[in-house]
Amino acid sequence: MKRSREPIIWVLFGGGGMASALFLPVLILVLFIALPLGWVQSAPIDDLQWLVRHPLTRLGLIVFVMLCLFHWAHRFRYTLYDGLQLSHLNEVIAVLTYGMAMVGTVVGAYLIWGVG
Amino acid sequence: MNPGYRLYYPRWYRKRVPIFWWLHKRSYAVFIARELTSVFVVYAAAVVVALVLTLNKGEPAWEAAMSRLSHPLVITAHVLVLFVILFHTITWLNLAPMAIVVKLGDRKVPPTAVLIGHYGAWFACSVVVAWLLLWR
Repeated sequence: MKRSREPIIWVLFGGGGMASALFLPVLILVLFIALPLGWVQSAPIDDLQWLVRHPLTRLGLIVFVMLCLFHWAHRFRYTLYDGLQLSHLNEVIAVLTYGMAMVGTVVGAYLIWGVG
Repeated sequence: MNPGYRLYYPRWYRKRVPIFWWLHKRSYAVFIARELTSVFVVYAAAVVVALVLTLNKGEPAWEAAMSRLSHPLVITAHVLVLFVILFHTITWLNLAPMAIVVKLGDRKVPPTAVLIGHYGAWFACSVVVAWLLLWR
């Protein structure tokens, strides 16, 4: 029997949903809103640079980006199927969405690992 | 006669569904809206990565990025993004007790405890990230 890829895809989808749910609100609030508006002061820039250059941070960020992308791929795939009734394009859509997530992961990993 | 060929073979009856079927009922629209939060997830993650790269370039680049982000239109858009992501977070965490059944020994942990645990994890992650970014 051919082994299904569905569990792997589902773990990536679920992991992405969880990681983004737990971390994105605070990242958006602090980095996109509070810091630009000057509501709060960031940690010293040297500390922040040390933080993002730390191998563990970079590794964590790469995993985070990968999970977010596969979370998107899975949800968007089913939105296209159900929302726009494109289930007859099943394979094309799956290849496009997961393919884009894979490309995004590779590009993201390359960029993030290049920091530091 | 070809055995695969049958006379009077019935045609499938399929009711035509309009393309915007999900706008006709609130719960369907909410379902599609939840699916589309994933686009915002990727956007936010991409901006975070861009900020990390900027930070690596040095203080002037970082300051320039912060000043670009402080433009009223950008702030307005990002407040919207924050609300969309909060919608994702809350609907996601609220589903956790249904998706995850935790067992301690042979006793099932009550769903409310699983729910509280997830909200606690959200709080803890938020505090740690804010502390890492802001502590001086």
